[in-house]
Amino acid sequence: MADIDLTHGAQAPGRAPLLRALAALVVLAALPTLASALGYPALTSLVTRILIYGIAAASLNFILGYGGLVSFGHAAFFGIGGYVVGILYQNYSDETLFLGLVPGSNQMLITLPAAVLVAGAFAAVIGALSLRTGGVQFIMITLAFAQMLFFLFVSLKAYGGDDGLIIRRTNELPGLNMRDKEVVYYVCLGIAALFFAGLARLIRSPFGNVLNGLRQNERRMVALGVAPYRYRLVAFVLSGMGAGLAGALMANFLRFVSPDMMHWTKSGELLIMVILGGVGTLFGPLIGAAAYLVLETLLASWTEYWQLGLGLVLLFVVMRARGGVRALIVALGALLPGRQK
Amino acid sequence: MTLLLEQLLNGLQFGVMLFLLAAGLTLIFGIMGVINLAHGSLYMVGAYAGTWVAAQTGSFWLGIPAALGAAALTGVAIEALVVRRLYARDHLDQVLATFAILLMANQLVTLIFGRQPLYTAMPEALSGSVELLPGLFYPPYRLAIIAVGLLVALGLWALINRTRIGMLVRAGSTNREMVRALGVDIRLLYTVVFGLGALLAGLAGFISGPVMAVQVGMGEQILLSTFVVVVIGGVGSIRGAFVASLALGVIDTCLRAYLPGLLRQVMAGPEADALGIGISSMGIYLLMAIVLLVKPKGLFAGNG
Amino acid sequence: MTAPLLQVTGLVKRFGGLTATDHVTLDVVPGEIHALIGPNGAGKSTLINQLCGELAPDEGSIAIDGAEVTALSAPERARMGLARTFQVTCLLDEETVLWNVAMALDVGRGHSFRFWRDIRRDESLTAEARRALAGTGLEGRAGVTVSELSHGERKQLELVTALAQQPRLLLLDEPMAGLGHVESQAMIGMLAGLKSRCGMLLVEHDMDAVFALADRVSVLVYGRIIATDLPGAIRENPAVREAYLGEGEEA
Repeated sequence: MADIDLTHGAQAPGRAPLLRALAALVVLAALPTLASALGYPALTSLVTRILIYGIAAASLNFILGYGGLVSFGHAAFFGIGGYVVGILYQNYSDETLFLGLVPGSNQMLITLPAAVLVAGAFAAVIGALSLRTGGVQFIMITLAFAQMLFFLFVSLKAYGGDDGLIIRRTNELPGLNMRDKEVVYYVCLGIAALFFAGLARLIRSPFGNVLNGLRQNERRMVALGVAPYRYRLVAFVLSGMGAGLAGALMANFLRFVSPDMMHWTKSGELLIMVILGGVGTLFGPLIGAAAYLVLETLLASWTEYWQLGLGLVLLFVVMRARGGVRALIVALGALLPGRQK
Repeated sequence: MTLLLEQLLNGLQFGVMLFLLAAGLTLIFGIMGVINLAHGSLYMVGAYAGTWVAAQTGSFWLGIPAALGAAALTGVAIEALVVRRLYARDHLDQVLATFAILLMANQLVTLIFGRQPLYTAMPEALSGSVELLPGLFYPPYRLAIIAVGLLVALGLWALINRTRIGMLVRAGSTNREMVRALGVDIRLLYTVVFGLGALLAGLAGFISGPVMAVQVGMGEQILLSTFVVVVIGGVGSIRGAFVASLALGVIDTCLRAYLPGLLRQVMAGPEADALGIGISSMGIYLLMAIVLLVKPKGLFAGNG
Repeated sequence: MTAPLLQVTGLVKRFGGLTATDHVTLDVVPGEIHALIGPNGAGKSTLINQLCGELAPDEGSIAIDGAEVTALSAPERARMGLARTFQVTCLLDEETVLWNVAMALDVGRGHSFRFWRDIRRDESLTAEARRALAGTGLEGRAGVTVSELSHGERKQLELVTALAQQPRLLLLDEPMAGLGHVESQAMIGMLAGLKSRCGMLLVEHDMDAVFALADRVSVLVYGRIIATDLPGAIRENPAVREAYLGEGEEA
């Protein structure tokens, strides 16, 4: 009775996770040095992608794991974020105005916030419409909206259509040499650290707790005086903004955007990452993104039919419930030296 | 005018194809509450199996039982091995498990048949074209597809409204417990319904062969359109699936046929074409969004 | 007589050909427990769902403390001081007892659109939640996850949660259902002690509880209120006896 654990439930309490997160951050900060020392320089770029996808998957997990909403169209916001960077860069290099109004930019301090805001605006519209439904219909309508955007970008020849847009140089940050892949890695790491710190805070906030309450028992929350739609819509927008941030980083990292970023299978991949790492946990999606990308890298190096293996693993994880996931990741972690977390 | 009629017939043909897939999907949704992303894979399996047998034997007609059998067997296997364990799970698990099956099916088919598209030879008796109206020539094969689709719709209607299985299916979609209380082996019923849906998907896959290429990924394209049909029609409603299929088939076809031309009058040719194709691809999704805004449960939610 | 906390006038709800609520007029005054009884299928749940805003009536009006709420949503009514308990308990099963109460308190503060304050470590909120639990018999269970509670404890927790909302009016949907004798007595004691804090509409099958607690009793049969009177008079009412009470008294 003396010391009651108030933080029981989805949110892990206490200082231990914080310490673990800091430890992981230290290891990640040392990674480029370690990677070249160990003779795996490609590791840095793999972990960059893990961090970026981790942000996207954690954003999806915010509405999925905490909000209980299965969005099957989150790649749309990922792609929108990427396209904001791509289009701004194209306007910058052509010295033209977007829609005759907005000047282009190659400054990350401008393009990232722009990507986040635009993705948020799209999420606001799509969320406002989709949240009128629920269950199966919600899954399908989010999928449908993502497909709409996919086809829209396929048809926009001015922005590369099918082929996508090449961004010749990564966006600039004052005082940093963004042509160095290692610098880009540290930028992504810094942004990911801030993102996860903010997300941790959000989850424990009054808003995050109301959202989590709505997932557990909507009727209870309504009886307390909570109007579900508003909270879910704001959560959906925040989640879309996170995915947009990830997309903008990905566009900078790959120096390329294409409609494939918002293809429905990409939405599926994000869902896979969430479930691989554990639904409704803070760092689960990051672990899931790592598991997914490592799996992809390993399997693809063995066979061009790597998705067969992915399918089997995914099926195993879904059928054998969540306990199997941790075991699987531990086993995978043992396979690959130097992989984090 | 003849051009418009031709496009309407094309739309109708696409619509009945959608219906063959949507009928199974909506029953599986409605009765078992399962989202089956692998439904498009059954369509692909039917197409490949039928086309392969047709090519080996030189007979289109032998391809039909092969397609039906392969798709139905695959469907029953999927139900028994995977989907059966997902009835009580949430939608996320269903989506991911059937997504896994879809990935594996694509890879397996690529392994067996390679990446090159296959083409199904049209049966001799249905090739060429017939003059439906003065000046309106139309391939009899496509007319046959329309006829098959309408016959299947009629058959399903009779099955659901006139037979014991249909009675159970209707009861099962509204009250699972009641059906169980009647002493019916609900597992068998589910397997039968899943197998039937698979069979129809396989049929659709095979007969689409001579019209569209048989290739890996063919299932996904039509699957997404089928989802739109199911959602617009109302999950679980065969009647809704029928109406929505035909409407969507016609709308989609007409948008693709006429929109680029309309746009070309206001902008440059290639850009107009690209935008026209893009917007017509978006058309059905836009339509779905509008329908769900007005009726969040779809047009025919909750009845037959 | 003071102005009623709850005033229901001419409420009608039809499902197809069935009139589940048939011109119901009813009030609850401050400091009163007004019991609503009636045989199974009389339409009690339908009525409760309309009062709390989960179901829209076809005709009639509902006012809370003089303010018309018929068109308001369930959350809006809750924020006006209407709290409820559920026939089948409705709680956040993954959370602790204490957190269920804390959530009610925090939502009640009206600050839920805040994204930065860590309420999981908010000492004042915890302390307040503990105070709300004090003397309810659940103090010792504060750290237990709700899914591990017994049925009786869940019922109790729902009541505590509802009270944490500082309601003016409390709708109690069969609070005794499924409780053992000892638990029932405890619940009756708890409810009796609440009269000074809020008015209550008590829907209940347990006649001992009804007659122990109620200041007035209304009897609902086939969607219609056939009598509203003092408990003693209700016992003697021939129409009620005929329709209902004879079979219910042993319950």
